[in-house]
Amino acid sequence: MSKTTLTRRGVLKTGAVAGSGLALPTIFTASSASAFTNEPTGGSVTFGFNVPQTGPYADEGADELRAYELAVEHLNGDGDGGMLNTFSSKALQGNGILGKKVDFVTGDTQTKSDAARASAKSMIEKDGAIMITGGSSSGVAVAVQGLCQEAGVIFMAALTHSNDTTGKDKKANGFRHFFNAYMSGAALAPVLAKRYGSDRRAYHLTADYTWGWTQEESIAAATEAFGWETVEKVRTPLAATDFSSYIAPVLNSGADVLILNHYGGNMVNSLTNAVQFGLRDKMVNGKQFEIVVPLYSELMAKGAGENIKGILGSTNWSWTLQDEGTKAFVKSFGTKYGFPPSNAAQTSYAQTILYADAVARAGSFNPCAVVEALEGFEFDGLGNGPTLYRAEDHQCFKDVLVMQGKENPANEYDLLEIVDITPRAQVEYAPDHPMFAGGSLGKCNPGA
Amino acid sequence: MDAILLQTLNGLDKGSAYALIALGLTLIFGTLGVVNFAHGALFMLGAFCAVTVSKLLTLSFETVDPTRVDFLGNPLKVKTAYVESWFGPEFGGALIDWAVPLSILFAIPVMIGIGYVVERGLIKHFYKRPHADQILVTFGLAIVLQEVVKYFFGANPIPTPAPDAFKGSFDFGALIGMEANAIIYPYWRMVYFFFAAVIIGAVFAFLQFTTFGMVVRAGMADRETVGLLGINIDKKFTIMFGIAAAVAGLAGAMYAPINSPNYHMGMDFLVLSFVVVVVGGMGSLPGAVLAGFMLGILESFASMNAIKSLLPGIDQIIIYVVAIIILLTRPRGLMGRKGVMED
Repeated sequence: MSKTTLTRRGVLKTGAVAGSGLALPTIFTASSASAFTNEPTGGSVTFGFNVPQTGPYADEGADELRAYELAVEHLNGDGDGGMLNTFSSKALQGNGILGKKVDFVTGDTQTKSDAARASAKSMIEKDGAIMITGGSSSGVAVAVQGLCQEAGVIFMAALTHSNDTTGKDKKANGFRHFFNAYMSGAALAPVLAKRYGSDRRAYHLTADYTWGWTQEESIAAATEAFGWETVEKVRTPLAATDFSSYIAPVLNSGADVLILNHYGGNMVNSLTNAVQFGLRDKMVNGKQFEIVVPLYSELMAKGAGENIKGILGSTNWSWTLQDEGTKAFVKSFGTKYGFPPSNAAQTSYAQTILYADAVARAGSFNPCAVVEALEGFEFDGLGNGPTLYRAEDHQCFKDVLVMQGKENPANEYDLLEIVDITPRAQVEYAPDHPMFAGGSLGKCNPGA
Repeated sequence: MDAILLQTLNGLDKGSAYALIALGLTLIFGTLGVVNFAHGALFMLGAFCAVTVSKLLTLSFETVDPTRVDFLGNPLKVKTAYVESWFGPEFGGALIDWAVPLSILFAIPVMIGIGYVVERGLIKHFYKRPHADQILVTFGLAIVLQEVVKYFFGANPIPTPAPDAFKGSFDFGALIGMEANAIIYPYWRMVYFFFAAVIIGAVFAFLQFTTFGMVVRAGMADRETVGLLGINIDKKFTIMFGIAAAVAGLAGAMYAPINSPNYHMGMDFLVLSFVVVVVGGMGSLPGAVLAGFMLGILESFASMNAIKSLLPGIDQIIIYVVAIIILLTRPRGLMGRKGVMED
């Protein structure tokens, strides 16, 4: 019969040695797994496309999704390569990213901030998305950008035009390729002054939320700099569908220009109402009454039908441009889907390519390496001419298009024509411009 | 003064739409005792009747024009509408131009049919169920209907213009000796107002001066007694549901040129129309019409800059404020009857 002698000291010693021995591999595993959120370990990497698939902007969302799928196809070496062939950076080889095949998952934002955050969170936590992109409203973009910053993934914003996205709400992990309200004002105002004269009185109808406010502030400041007077700024509820009671008093106010700081369904309805009231047939102050829509969307122009004829506005890009990048993208998209891509599609495609390229150049999916690769990145060949991703606010700077509703469209897609290509220098502003003040990028967050 | 006149006129067309929807809602509630949350969707379906007629009239065949190219550089396919090919560009073009008024002929049978199917297929199973069940099932139906429309027509608004003859606006100011452009009112909105007045008049005349209407009114007052007299009141009420659906549908079809139809437009009107019904008095047809116009006009007044600067945001809540005041002072609404929804 053997006798075991257990002492308190012996048990403690053995326990400590065994415990540290057991813990050792876990520490190593943890350190390698927690380098950054959703570090891809297998042969593929997952993108999260967060677009409105239901709700009023579902058609925009569908076009964004088409572009995303096309971009993934091109990244994986399928199809004709699209704008990868014209992109100035040649880091991508058409074999995925860093040898990993690109997969994607999709989420439905419903154009609601809470739903968009929930779908982004699910794609990050359950599907392991390394990057989130999408959106069709600034409210959604700002909300998802904040979430991605906290989660430690990159957010490549698509359709968001409020100054705040890269202004007071900017984040280190967030990047915007689309233009903004300030740029629309800076591009449009000289054309408006040239076309309609500098002695004009403007009446603003503005959607009552973040994008509307920054759009109103931007276009009012830009037109006032050219001598225009702002007669009245009226805020309209986002949920409004009939704008007649807001439009009826316009002629009586002494204004001779109506500026509709509306987007989407608001824009279609307010413009339709304004045309119904015959505003464009009237003479006020001895001048022809004019209507301006600072932010155009091809899909919404379709909704407004004939009412957009002759009306000036701005866009980020147009499929009618004749540069090599645009031609390659339109050919690729048009062949696959049978119609030309929208503004929203182009910015979505460009953002996906830009992210993939940044990873390839950085040689890592680590968000902080991607941020470093995108900051101050100059590129060309994605349809907008020479473009800069400014390091200070993660906003892209490129030419802005001034568009006009076409008088005699040749087909159902030929609704807008380019009036002017405003050079990048004219729409640039200082990073601390008052319209963008109040926020800071903070530090990039790799998460995990 | 001119601003007040302007907003009164302006409230009339909005009030017309509210009144027409509320009239249908009240008819259904008064006859069948069903709180129909799908009524806004019926309004939307009416608007899409106009869209459908417009699309049918512009159905086209394609011919290739080798002299022109499309956006991909392929020979351009030129579309020609069948009606223009069959009846010549002049008459065919006129048919396309008058698509919205013509859609009335399409909307009436279609909407009566939809009303009949909805009532027989779904709603009749909920007559004896609590109002909460009725609200849930009709709300669900509304969501299904709008998703079906979205599937076929997309999510974006579809332009459905008024005939060229009704484009532009009428200068009321000049008519009454004020300066030009002081009070303008679009022609199509005038048409809508008169159209609504005719429909409301027709519904009242139908209920007041026909035997069928008399039976329905008797049924609304005392369903059981009318049944005991050997009259199949259920059948009559089914027809009334069809008529109420047609009224909502016509309101929607003629509204299409005012705001381009989209699948969600019914929901935008639904809640407001319920407020209209409650303010007018549950089950009261004249109350629904009166409250519809009253709230439409008040909503217009609340959008005036002078009022908005005094009470910011009042334009968004005016209808609910008025509803609260009226329900506090007259709990049965403006013309509500005793005993309705009080058991």
